[in-house]
Amino acid sequence: MRKLILPVLLIAIFALMPLIAELVGKNALMTLSARILMYAMAAASLNLILGYGGMVSFGHAAYFGVGAYVVGILYSHWMSEVPVFGLFPGSNQLLVTLPIAMIVSGLAALLIGALSLRTGGVQFIMITLAFAQMIFFLFVSLTAYGGEDGIIIRRANEVPGLNMRDKTTVYYVILVVAVLYFAWMWRVVNSSFGQVLKGIRQNERRMEAMGVATYRYKLYAFVLAGTGAGLAGALMANFLRFTSPDMMHWTKSGEMIIMVILGGLGTFFGPILGAAAFLILEFYLADWTEHWQLALGLILLVVVLFTKGGIMGVIARLKGGRE
Amino acid sequence: MILILEQLLNGLQYGVMLFLLAAGLTLIFGIMGVINLAHGSLYMIGAFAGTWVATTTGSFWLGIPAGLIAAALVGFLVEATVIRKLYARDHLDQVLATFALILIFNQMIILIFGRQPIFTPLPEVFYGSIEIIPGLFYPPYRLLIIAVGLLVAVGLYFLINRTRVGMLVRAGSTNRDMVRALGVDVRLLYTVVFGLGALLAGLAGYMTGPILAVQVGMGEDILLATFVVVVIGGVGSIKGAFVAGIGLGVVDTMLRAFLPTILRGFMAPSDADAIGASVSSMGIFLLMAIVLLIRPKGLFAAGG
Amino acid sequence: MTEILRIENLQKRFGGLVATDNVTLDVHTGEIHALIGPNGAGKSTLINQLCGELRQDAGVIHLAGRDISHMPAPERVDLGLGRTFQVTSLLEDFTVVENVGLAVQARDGGNFRIFDRVSGRSSIWEEAGHLLAGSLLDDRRDARVADLSHGEKKQLELVMALATQPRLLLLDEPMAGLGHLESQQMIDTLNGLRGEISMLLVEHDMEAVFALADRISVLVYGQIIMTGTADEVRNDPRVREAYLGTEDA
Repeated sequence: MRKLILPVLLIAIFALMPLIAELVGKNALMTLSARILMYAMAAASLNLILGYGGMVSFGHAAYFGVGAYVVGILYSHWMSEVPVFGLFPGSNQLLVTLPIAMIVSGLAALLIGALSLRTGGVQFIMITLAFAQMIFFLFVSLTAYGGEDGIIIRRANEVPGLNMRDKTTVYYVILVVAVLYFAWMWRVVNSSFGQVLKGIRQNERRMEAMGVATYRYKLYAFVLAGTGAGLAGALMANFLRFTSPDMMHWTKSGEMIIMVILGGLGTFFGPILGAAAFLILEFYLADWTEHWQLALGLILLVVVLFTKGGIMGVIARLKGGRE
Repeated sequence: MILILEQLLNGLQYGVMLFLLAAGLTLIFGIMGVINLAHGSLYMIGAFAGTWVATTTGSFWLGIPAGLIAAALVGFLVEATVIRKLYARDHLDQVLATFALILIFNQMIILIFGRQPIFTPLPEVFYGSIEIIPGLFYPPYRLLIIAVGLLVAVGLYFLINRTRVGMLVRAGSTNRDMVRALGVDVRLLYTVVFGLGALLAGLAGYMTGPILAVQVGMGEDILLATFVVVVIGGVGSIKGAFVAGIGLGVVDTMLRAFLPTILRGFMAPSDADAIGASVSSMGIFLLMAIVLLIRPKGLFAAGG
Repeated sequence: MTEILRIENLQKRFGGLVATDNVTLDVHTGEIHALIGPNGAGKSTLINQLCGELRQDAGVIHLAGRDISHMPAPERVDLGLGRTFQVTSLLEDFTVVENVGLAVQARDGGNFRIFDRVSGRSSIWEEAGHLLAGSLLDDRRDARVADLSHGEKKQLELVMALATQPRLLLLDEPMAGLGHLESQQMIDTLNGLRGEISMLLVEHDMEAVFALADRISVLVYGQIIMTGTADEVRNDPRVREAYLGTEDA
């Protein structure tokens, strides 16, 4: 039963956020809360490979951006009624665009992962970073889809029976998708595959000696992570009603890593807490000074050099102290 | 033909720049096992410090020592305060800490110099262009960059292959523990190597000033290309950094210059320009993908 | 007599150093075959080639009649090649039973399942429990591996290898760093497996070697200088010169 306290508490907080925002008269709070949900999903998908699998991928924003672009591109083709690649029609239906966004980001992750996982260590970091930047440049040069300016999505995707013009409705759709996503993630990390992945992080050589061909499993995790980031990106495109190459800039990949670390590497709730901490910090720091990144840099430096285990680590230590 | 030669020279000039940065990065990783994302920041600091001195004093030449000294000093400081704590850490901590350094340095530069790009004054000697072979006019400053880059390459070659420090560097990039076992002051060696890397980055930064705008973020753009160079050349290999740096510089420049024109030969001009621009901006990354398929550890991987 | 392992003319060089020099060796089915030799003789290099972590320059390795020379390490495990590591190599953040369970799971399959619950796969945990019950680690099953003593880790190495149900077990110095009592326990454990599993035992502890080995091969500077029974090895002048003379035995 105790295991359920944190998830129920988190869902309750996020579910009440639109009401709270209205009560205190700060609409920005709902936007912040929605951003936390979407970045928490992206960070959780990264945590699957970074925290559970031990793969330092520095290009995760690329899959996030690809997911967002799938929504943008499908929308623009739906508007213009010109088929994509002359093959299939565009769409403005969320239940269509989200799965396609996941598939396309998964495929991108499959290609990049298949190449990057041939190496390890420092090369892996540089290569994932470089390939993500390649995708960034690709979208910058796609003038048909707005180039550097990106695509404006005039209306959020439709869901039958819901009024998606209402920001609050969109917020609750995001919350539902996020809850489903985290429920699924819970299954993954506790599955047979999850166990293998945790084993690979701890000792790849041992796993090979037990007959596990680690490359396939790492690639599988990489693809699963890609689909998760794509899903989050697709939601973001709907929420912002906009998509641009900036969403996949390499500093965004860095921010996702920071969220995972802040929350606690390889912990289930870490990405949610990390995304919340990061975005709330950004929200208030940016309010206070335009040089908020200086403060962020200093905080990050202190966290990396002098702390261990992020927010979940602190919680664990507090718990440990009490028992 | 003249056009091709001119672009070849442009490619060579970009290539030696990449080499100056990649050499430091690959050494720092090879010897100390540290991945330093903030290497591009040292490049930026060299550019800003040098340009500031050059504009205040009015002398381009005074900017050179200024840029070098600033980059090296910041390099030493960073090594002593941050990097030194990271030697025993995993790559993730190194990535995060040096990412934090990028944020810090970028904001400090904005605080001091603002967001607007600044420009490095070029001495009059370098105005105009000279005819190197009949029909080929080329800006002398770019020739200077190529010359400096090649000189540094030769210098590094001698340093690595002919001196005691170089011997330690070579030994260190294949077997870090052995160097420790030799009773060498490893800490000093690390500081020297990091300082050298910073110096080269600062040199590259200041030399680029008159060609590109000196602005915040300049370091990150070239850092990513530098990573590709290091990966293709093989982590830890100076030779690899040289070959891959020049190779990528030329390939990148040639693709950007000629691919759209070539594609126009067999498709609509607007498509040709769009696809040409896409492919050429992805060119070096595609090249990296091909190299990875054939040699996952790069062309000249250190330590076999 | 059938052979579980046959190595023919195996070669491995590192630059100018010949680490494995034309090694030909076989392990009979059911036999405990010890491989001894002074430090730097190339024993670990040989083990690493057998299990597929290192690729030989030349030569052939047969496991139960199949050529495995160019097979990746995990496939060799599937064919029944198990190993222990000289420097213990375990999943340090997992508990003892989680380590063994994962080894069972790796063999059992279903490793790509993402919708099951690994804690609900009772056959895995039963088998892991059974394996541990037959070991000295039974009362340590919920201890984190990082908290185990060196001797316990060595035991776990063996249990993990057994969990993959090997036909041939490569034991890379299982006694290294063990106290006298622990060594004796390890010898008893290995003796208990005699006949069930063939073993290639690399070991410095001569007492253990003489207690366990059916045959002994002596590796010096990458070459097998002789193969024979314990008595033959003891009395061979070449061995005395190359090996025993320099060791404390």
